[in-house]
Amino acid sequence: MAVYKQTYRGYDGPLTPAWSRFLILPRYAFEEMRRSRFFTMFFLVTMLAPLIFGLIVYAEHNLSVLKMLGGRGDLVAIDARFFLNLLGWQSMMAFFLAAFVGPGQISPDLANNALPLYLARPFSRAEYVLGKMSVLLILMSIMTWIPGLLLFALQGSLQGGGWIGQNLRIAAAVFLGAWIWILLISLLALALSAWVKWKPMAGALLFGVFFVAAGFAGAIDAVLRTSWGQLLNISHLIGTVWASLFDQRMHRGAGAVFFRVHVEDVPVWCCWAALLAICGLCLYVLGRKIRGAEVVR
Amino acid sequence: MQPVIELDNLEVRFGERTILKKLNGSFTGRAIGLLGPNGAGKSTLLNTLLGFHQPSAGTARIFGKDIRGEAHAVRGLLGYMPENDSFVAGMTGVHFVRLMAEISGLPPDAAMERAHEAFFWVGLGEARYRKLGTYSLGMKQMAKLAQAIVHGPKLLFLDEPTNGLDPPARARMIQLIQEIRDHGDMRLIVSSHLLRDVDECCDEVLILKDGRIAAFCNLEEERRANRKFLEIETRGANGTFASAIERLGCEAACFPNGRMKLVMPDGVEIRQLYALAADQNVQIRRLNHKRDSLEDIFLKAMEAPNGGI
Repeated sequence: MAVYKQTYRGYDGPLTPAWSRFLILPRYAFEEMRRSRFFTMFFLVTMLAPLIFGLIVYAEHNLSVLKMLGGRGDLVAIDARFFLNLLGWQSMMAFFLAAFVGPGQISPDLANNALPLYLARPFSRAEYVLGKMSVLLILMSIMTWIPGLLLFALQGSLQGGGWIGQNLRIAAAVFLGAWIWILLISLLALALSAWVKWKPMAGALLFGVFFVAAGFAGAIDAVLRTSWGQLLNISHLIGTVWASLFDQRMHRGAGAVFFRVHVEDVPVWCCWAALLAICGLCLYVLGRKIRGAEVVR
Repeated sequence: MQPVIELDNLEVRFGERTILKKLNGSFTGRAIGLLGPNGAGKSTLLNTLLGFHQPSAGTARIFGKDIRGEAHAVRGLLGYMPENDSFVAGMTGVHFVRLMAEISGLPPDAAMERAHEAFFWVGLGEARYRKLGTYSLGMKQMAKLAQAIVHGPKLLFLDEPTNGLDPPARARMIQLIQEIRDHGDMRLIVSSHLLRDVDECCDEVLILKDGRIAAFCNLEEERRANRKFLEIETRGANGTFASAIERLGCEAACFPNGRMKLVMPDGVEIRQLYALAADQNVQIRRLNHKRDSLEDIFLKAMEAPNGGI
């Protein structure tokens, strides 16, 4: 109908499948992000590390390049430690990205009372959270496990001789380890965004949860002469879980500075439990805050 | 005619407080007004029908669909214009309405087309590429209406649609609401404090008081009814005069300063009133023919004990 007619008419056309509607939110978010030069630059910078790691894998298998570089034999061992270091570095970059993008997901909707508009439609609270979370899940996947598995495939194809079959645990560890981190950081970013309703404060809080809590954990350990304070240190928790996923005995101390685990601190199952508890707490906050109407009891 | 809304012992509790108390009723009007003083439960009823609050007992059905078991399907039938400012930050008007259309299930192309149409229809065509944050209050109200109708809902909830509008903008909003009502595709629920808005837009009115239905009135029938409404101003009248009038078969409501409103049944003539007044030594100082207004219905509902008339 031409717009000049300016009369109301109903809609009886086709509808999109209900299951796919949560993906509308990341599509709109990416349109918005594309306009930010800072975001585009930052995202490109985060791809440097996988590129360098890829060059190392290539050089390792190319004698002429090795000779050109003056190498004698192995440049770097392409093993679990190599992939753990890549995952650690990329996860650290993903954290900074989450601190930049995450707080802007829910807090503006809460501040502008937009939730009733979403939730008065055939769109549930779970779909809303999933949609907002997808923004972070997609971006952080592109930064973490996708390049990790691509490098794994590259190494497998260059090495040959059943290398992939012998090292499937590395692929599983990259995939699982990245997803644990992505889910944790996404839930934390969204929960803080929903809790404080103010974008800059939510970003600051996300840093606070990591760095202040880590300092607090260190202080508790020092004062009480214990290691249980590390349960408050999220980077330690995730580092311990990663070490167990890759190979606990061999790779402590890997995983980039941010996630390095130096000593036997707390049992791995305690770290899993603590991570689950944090995720549970985030879901509780989201459940309380993401509502069409506030209830005053 | 299929009921638009059926309330079946609907009760909503927040903690220890019961906000909606066992509401029952079936409403079929094209435009249903929701009236009541602050705290009567209007917003809670709307929010419950929208699925924002869970009933603690009973249920409600919208076009036959249960709000408890078929919440998703129910919300597919609804459009909602909230009372307060509600926007997605940083978006242009048309972008915002397009997003809302897509969330309702429209494919992107159709959503974009209808977003433009909706903006032109509400009179914001020239402002559709401006950021929502730069809109005036009246423009924001219109943008909220645009997002509420963009997906062609079967039932539209309008919560205080003329809030904060200047007279020309209010007139435009009322005109749009009447146009939607008369188009026939969409039913309306209009929640408002302004009796005039409800009177102009609605053909049924539901009055809530203290979480109960205080009155339900079919305004259309009231308008059509060929009953004789009289407003008289008396001097020297007391309860005896009112009782005598009621013995004649009239319905009578007494107001301060000797004012009375009467509904004359068939067969009773005005001269019988004068005769009665003369017998009782009561002066009738003024007599007007007057239809029972929405204000009267509302005031009677508010004055009635136990929240019902």
